[in-house]
This record gives sequence, C-alpha cells and structure tokens, in this order.
Amino acid sequence: MAKTNGPDNASQSRDNRAGADAARDDSLDGRRRDLGARLAQRRAEAGIGGGDARSREATGYGQAMRLSSEFIAGIVVGTGLGWIIDRVAGTSPWGLIIFLLLGFGAGVLNVLRSAGMIADAGLRASRDEQGKQDRD
Amino acid sequence: MANDPIHQFQISRLVPIEIGGMDFSFTNSSLFMVLTVATAGAFLFLTTSSRGLIPGRMQSISEMSYEFIAGMLRDSAGTGGMKFFPMVFSLFMFVLTANLLGMFPYFFTVTSHIIVTFMLALFVILTVVIYGLVKHGTGFFKIFVPSGVPAAIVPIVALIEIISFLSRPISLSVRLFANMLAGHITLKVFAGFVTSLGALGAVGIGGAILPLLMTVALTALEFLVAFLQAYVFAVLTCMYLNDAVHPGGH
Repeated sequence: MAKTNGPDNASQSRDNRAGADAARDDSLDGRRRDLGARLAQRRAEAGIGGGDARSREATGYGQAMRLSSEFIAGIVVGTGLGWIIDRVAGTSPWGLIIFLLLGFGAGVLNVLRSAGMIADAGLRASRDEQGKQDRD
Repeated sequence: MANDPIHQFQISRLVPIEIGGMDFSFTNSSLFMVLTVATAGAFLFLTTSSRGLIPGRMQSISEMSYEFIAGMLRDSAGTGGMKFFPMVFSLFMFVLTANLLGMFPYFFTVTSHIIVTFMLALFVILTVVIYGLVKHGTGFFKIFVPSGVPAAIVPIVALIEIISFLSRPISLSVRLFANMLAGHITLKVFAGFVTSLGALGAVGIGGAILPLLMTVALTALEFLVAFLQAYVFAVLTCMYLNDAVHPGGH
C-alpha cells in the first residue's frame, strides 16, 4: 500500500506543482495580455480624447462643425441609399422612408461615437473580451 | 469685386484643355495642387538632404512630422498598419501644405473645394475597403456586426453600421472643406469691415480698430485650424485603416 502510495503522492504533488506553475504562467500571461489590452485601450482613448480636447480648446464652433457634419452625413447617406433602392427596385416611397429612418439612426450613432459617448467598435470588442475574462 | 467674400474660391482656366468634349483645363486649382506637392516635396527633400546626425532646425521639423505621423499610425493601427505610412504621411503633408498655402493673401485654397477633399476621403475609404477585403475576405464584414448584439436586431444594427460606415467619407470631406471655406469667408468679411468702416471718416477709423483686431485674432485661429484639420484628417484616416487591418477589434 505504502509502496504504491508513495510515488502516487509524489506524482500528485509534482502534478500539483506543475499545475501551480502552469497557473502562475497562465496568470502572468493573462496579466501581461490584460496590461497590453488596457494600455492599448488607454492609448487609443488618450489619442481620441487628446484630439477632442485640443479641438474643444480651439473653438466650440469646431466641435459643432464636427458633430453636425457627422449627423448630416449619416442622414444624407441613408436617404441617398433609400432613393437609389427605390429607383432600382421601384419600391417608392418605402425605401426612402425606411432608409431615412435608418440614416437618422446612423447619424445619431456617428455623433455619439465622435463625441466619445460610446466606444468605437474595436474598443468595444476589446472591452467586451476583457469583461468576459473578468467574469470568468 | 474686392469685397466679395466668395470671389477667392472662383476657379479660372489657366490653360484650356479639352479632350473628347470633356474639360481637362489646367485651372488655378490645379496650379495650386502642383504648388502644394512641389512645396511639400521640396521642403522634405531639401531639409533632409544634409542628413545631419544632429539635425538642424529645418531637419528637425521634417523629422518631427515624420515621427508624429508614425507614432499616430502605430498607436491607432498597430505595427500592421505601418505599411500605410507613406499614404498617411503624404495625405497629411498634402492637406497641411495646401491649408497653409491658402493662408497667403491672394492664394487659392485647394482644400476649400469639396470635390478635392471628397476625392481624398474616397481614396482613404476605398483603400480601407479594398485592403480589408483582400486581406480578410468576408471576415472584413465583421466590422458591421458588433459583438454582443441579440440575434433578433442584428440586421437593423448591421444596416445602421453600414450606413454609418458609408457616411465616413462624406463627414471626413465635409469637415475639412467646411472648416477651410468658413474660415476664409469669415476672415474676408471681417477684413472687409475694416475698409468699409475706415471710409466713414474719423469715427469710422476709430471703430475700424475692432474688426482689425478681430482679423488679426482670426488669422491666428486660421493657422491653428489649418494644422488641426490636417491632423484630424490624418487621425481619422488612421482609425479607418485600423478597421481594415483588424476588423472586429484586436
């Protein structure tokens, strides 16, 4: 019994040690990845925020120009797409109506994105991943 | 019409050229585009030709602009985006030089015409789309489907994201064009006040000091805007290129 137990124990403890090592490596790796992601995120945010701060310093009018151009661009593109679809498919006026509304949504999305109220798709994805890792 | 604030944006044919019924004339706009490219190229070439290990003043400016754009691109698109460096740097230098050349009195401002800025923006977006499709195939379309969205509303969200993506070249070009156009008109209008008030006699000349001060302040602001808009154009180009290099986040 004791003879068979000994190596078993030893291998178990070795397994444990290896497991602990692996866990430490994992956590180190995870931490490094985490840090990299956070740094990249912060750098990206600082870059965007820095640009915003500078243009805000320049003039409120600069920001007004930026946000309004984003909003109008969304609506113009949506309406244009709807109009083209109507012309091609002959579904007038439904394409125009639906795409005008979608364009409005896109314009609001553009404005919120450029005002920094919501993150960009890329940032959002990395944040989601991070959230998942935190939850795990 | 010295007082017409729109007159400065008029295009005049310098060398009329017509090929197959289409107008290919060499206009003052073309002339200033050539001047812009020549100035930017000559500046970079001449300032870096000495290749001093310890850079002089001018060489420092060239190296600073290089490192500025390189750092910006590396930060937002990663090292994978560095293959676009020549494109981003050329765009930045072109827009910046065109904006600054426009600040000379009697010079034509190339970037105050929407067709010029729109073509620049279209070039950026087409690069993003074509490179993204070639590099990632259909995986490129992941940028239209944000993660963590319930399946039921994915079509609507994707449509909105597509419209939002298509609106990028428009907002990119409109922002640059509108800033340059509005700035130059404002400058001209305020400068016009000085002469019209000055014609009113002693009181008018006293009053003309106010718009004169305003013109001086606006000129400084315009130089800031000229740089800022070139910077914004380059930053947004980098961010869009990031979508092509890493669709769907990192």
